[in-house]
Amino acid sequence: MNKVLARKDVCICAGSGGVGKTTTSAAIAAGMAARGKKVVVLTIDPARRLANSLGLPELGNEERQVPGDFGDGELWAMMLDAKRTFDELIQIHAPDEETRDAVLGNRIYQQLSNAVAGSQEYMAMEKLHELHQEGRYDLLVLDTPPTRNALDFLEAPRRLSTFIDSRSLQLFTMPGRLGLRVLGRGTGVVFSVMKRATGIDLLQDLSEFFRSFGTMSAGFRERAERVNSLLADSRTAFLLVTSPAADSVDEAIYFHRRLRDQDLPFAGAVVNRMHPLAGAPGGPPSDELLGEDLARKVERNLEDYRVLAERDQRNLDRLRKALGRKPTITVPELDDDVHDLTGLERMNEYLFRP
Amino acid sequence: MTGKGGVGKTTVAAALGLKAARAGKRTIVCEVAEQERLASLFGEKADGYHERELGDGLFGISIDPERAKKEWLEYQLRSGTLAGLLGGSRIFQYLTAAAPGLTELVTIGKVWELAQLQRKTPKAAPYDLVIVDAPATGHGIAMLRAPQTFSEVARVGPIHRQAGYIHQFLANPASTGVVTVALPEEMPVNETLDLGGRLKDEMGMAIDRIVVNEMLPERFSAAEAEKLESAGDSPAVRAALTEYRRARAQRSQLRRLRRASDAPVATLPFLFVAEFGRDQLEILADKL
Repeated sequence: MNKVLARKDVCICAGSGGVGKTTTSAAIAAGMAARGKKVVVLTIDPARRLANSLGLPELGNEERQVPGDFGDGELWAMMLDAKRTFDELIQIHAPDEETRDAVLGNRIYQQLSNAVAGSQEYMAMEKLHELHQEGRYDLLVLDTPPTRNALDFLEAPRRLSTFIDSRSLQLFTMPGRLGLRVLGRGTGVVFSVMKRATGIDLLQDLSEFFRSFGTMSAGFRERAERVNSLLADSRTAFLLVTSPAADSVDEAIYFHRRLRDQDLPFAGAVVNRMHPLAGAPGGPPSDELLGEDLARKVERNLEDYRVLAERDQRNLDRLRKALGRKPTITVPELDDDVHDLTGLERMNEYLFRP
Repeated sequence: MTGKGGVGKTTVAAALGLKAARAGKRTIVCEVAEQERLASLFGEKADGYHERELGDGLFGISIDPERAKKEWLEYQLRSGTLAGLLGGSRIFQYLTAAAPGLTELVTIGKVWELAQLQRKTPKAAPYDLVIVDAPATGHGIAMLRAPQTFSEVARVGPIHRQAGYIHQFLANPASTGVVTVALPEEMPVNETLDLGGRLKDEMGMAIDRIVVNEMLPERFSAAEAEKLESAGDSPAVRAALTEYRRARAQRSQLRRLRRASDAPVATLPFLFVAEFGRDQLEILADKL
């Protein structure tokens, strides 16, 4: 892992749900901190898992230093508060106090920024960009939501630009029916059909929202472009995290293809919870030592685990073939759950194996 | 059905669907968020946005938000032509593609439609039970909340009215139940407990049943484990001791969950197979 992340500023961990992505992100951050780096790990998962992994009771929208001995390095962690990040952005971009208050007070904005899934992803990219600009850390590690959502998050900057695209804004910012002519004939009909589908009140709120938001669109668009170039930068590393189960390997392969299609810097994969192949020397203990009953049980148990180990190996081979020459780091299933710094260290014996 | 990612929600949803269908209920299992794993569990090819039969009285569908949106528009405007005009309009595309949360609304709206005795889809037969393989905890709650959110945003008009119906349907314990799937591990248990609190605070709902998936058999007693500790290192001994330790850790997590949760907890066994198929689903349905 040390080699994979050498000369990298940003490490983005992506993969399907339940494969240990949050734990892996935390372990990588702790491992790099232990190697003398100042590292921050961000989670955008709506469920509060990272605090758990780091043994911190609660994380907030500010980075917090994780207590522990990291030598010359430091480990920091934060959990993104999408609503607050969005509010901060409005404050930065609003041309004047009036516009700021109009947006922050608009009901559409409040629902968008507060309740609705998806804004988490928008805001994660913003926070990543902000921390990167500030340059206070050697490495930023980003934990992302499960793959299908991670696609949303890759597209977040572009979607934000579309949302505030000037063409759709013009419709609402021009007085009366004038705006409707911008998009040519037939638009008036569309508008009246839209009224029927959504209700006039919603349209008025939307219109007001876009009017005040419109003054900020240039700033947002420019920012979205900068976020996009950060994602594509050669100092950014995308890591795929997966389990050796067939469906999560499928997702990893699919996601790898997406990264390649978009020219994003894929750096390698981490495969968690491998059942080790039990082919090592040292035959089973004799019946005399254990007694016949126990010896049979031990044997049957081994057979069961061999089925899993062989499945894992097949899926791993499939993944390696699809990923080409990039490294695939495996971590075996550990006897205990990993949910504190000691657990992360145990995981790092494998992640940072020389 | 919701729960942390990777706990086997789809598998448990399929097993529950089998169980309900066996009891004579016409049942459909819905996948969302572009998931299409159900059909292959039953050894069938994935077929997207269709109500397709997977077994006797058991159906499956993968809800595509784009299609659901179009359906809703057609129903709303009572005209395929107008819906086509609106759906094809660039402004409308901009607005709906970019508006976060609309995907969740039309998805859960389709679920609601499937659950109506009078289906809005022409000539469609009603279901006795609709099982939703919902997204993982955080996004699952966002989906459940979407109708309420939109109902509040719209204040009046058709969106307000319909989102309101859907919300009432979801929040009514007589029509909707919540099943949470968990693994007997530290973080899934925490997330399940956390979900219980959030459901109550944000939706006024409660978890009706928790299913703890993948319980390992307790093959070895403490005395046997002690014997194994001194039996010398070998793959067989290592596998046995791993099994012993993990099974024990699982039991302690299960106890913790049972103590802290109000909802009854059921368990399903871990199955030592390379891939899941219909046979495994039948076994799990027996155990539910």
